[in-house]
Amino acid sequence: MNQITSNGPSAVTELTSTAPIFTPPADILEKGDTVVMLLDVPGADPASLDVTLDKRILTIAARVTSDAPQGYAAAHIEFRDGTYERRFVFSEQMDGEHIDATLKDGVLRLTVPKAADTAAKKISVKAE
Amino acid sequence: MLNEMMPEGMPPAGRRFDPLRQMQRAQADLNRLFGGLRFYPATEFPSLNLWTSPDGAIIAAEVPGVASEDLDITIQRDTVTVRGNRPPEPVDDRTVVQRQERPHGPFARTIVLPFRVDADKASARFERGVVTLTLPRPEDDKPHQIKVTRS
Repeated sequence: MNQITSNGPSAVTELTSTAPIFTPPADILEKGDTVVMLLDVPGADPASLDVTLDKRILTIAARVTSDAPQGYAAAHIEFRDGTYERRFVFSEQMDGEHIDATLKDGVLRLTVPKAADTAAKKISVKAE
Repeated sequence: MLNEMMPEGMPPAGRRFDPLRQMQRAQADLNRLFGGLRFYPATEFPSLNLWTSPDGAIIAAEVPGVASEDLDITIQRDTVTVRGNRPPEPVDDRTVVQRQERPHGPFARTIVLPFRVDADKASARFERGVVTLTLPRPEDDKPHQIKVTRS
C-alpha cells in the first residue's frame, strides 16, 4: 500500500445541522499486515462515533457537544462544538470485519488489517 | 483483439519516446505525492476556551492523547500554566509512516487572568481529551456591590 488519499467531508452524509465540520489531524502507520490510524478527536462523544469501511473508503465521523458553563460568559473561544469528519481511500482491499477502534483521551485509534485473500501476487518470469 | 479492450487515454504502446507523455507522467506522480497534503496553521497548543464570571474563570483546553498524570497545571496568583508532553507513537524498523499530522512533543501555555485565583479551591476535570479547570476567585477579592441609598 503506497497511497492513502483523503477527501474532504463526505458527500454521502446529509447535513442536518449547521454545526461546523472539522478535519481531525491523523497519523497513519503501516505495520506489516495492519494499518494503524490515530486521529485527534478531543471532546468527541463515544456514542456518536461512526467508523465505516465501504469497499476501500473509510469514513470516520464523531460529534462534539459540550455545555457552556452556567453563569459564565465566554471571554475567549478557540474551539467550538461541531462534527469531526474525514474520509480515507485505501489503495488496497482492507478487512472491514476486523477493524479495531478504541477511543481514549480524545484520540481515536483504528487498527485496520489488510484483507488476506487479495494480497498482490508476484509472478516470476523465466527467461529463456 | 486485446487492443480494442483498452480504455481511452492509454499511452501508446511501444518504445517510442514521447517527451510530453513523460512530463504528464511526472506531473501525475507529483500530484499524487502532494495531493493529500494539508497545511495546518501553526496554532498554539493546546487550544483554549475561557469563560469568566464575577466568581472566577473556567478554562477548557484540548489535550488529546495526554494522560492526566502527564498534565501539569500550576497556578500562581493570577497566572495559570498548562504544561505537558505528547509522546510520539513509537515507530520500529518495520513500520512505514504514511502520514504524520498530529503535533507531538512538550507543550506549555500560560494564561494571565485579570484577577487572583484561589489555588486551594481550584479544580481540574479531565474528560475525553479535554481538561477543564475551575478557577474561583478568593472570597476577599470578589467584587462587592454597594447599594446606593437615597438620603
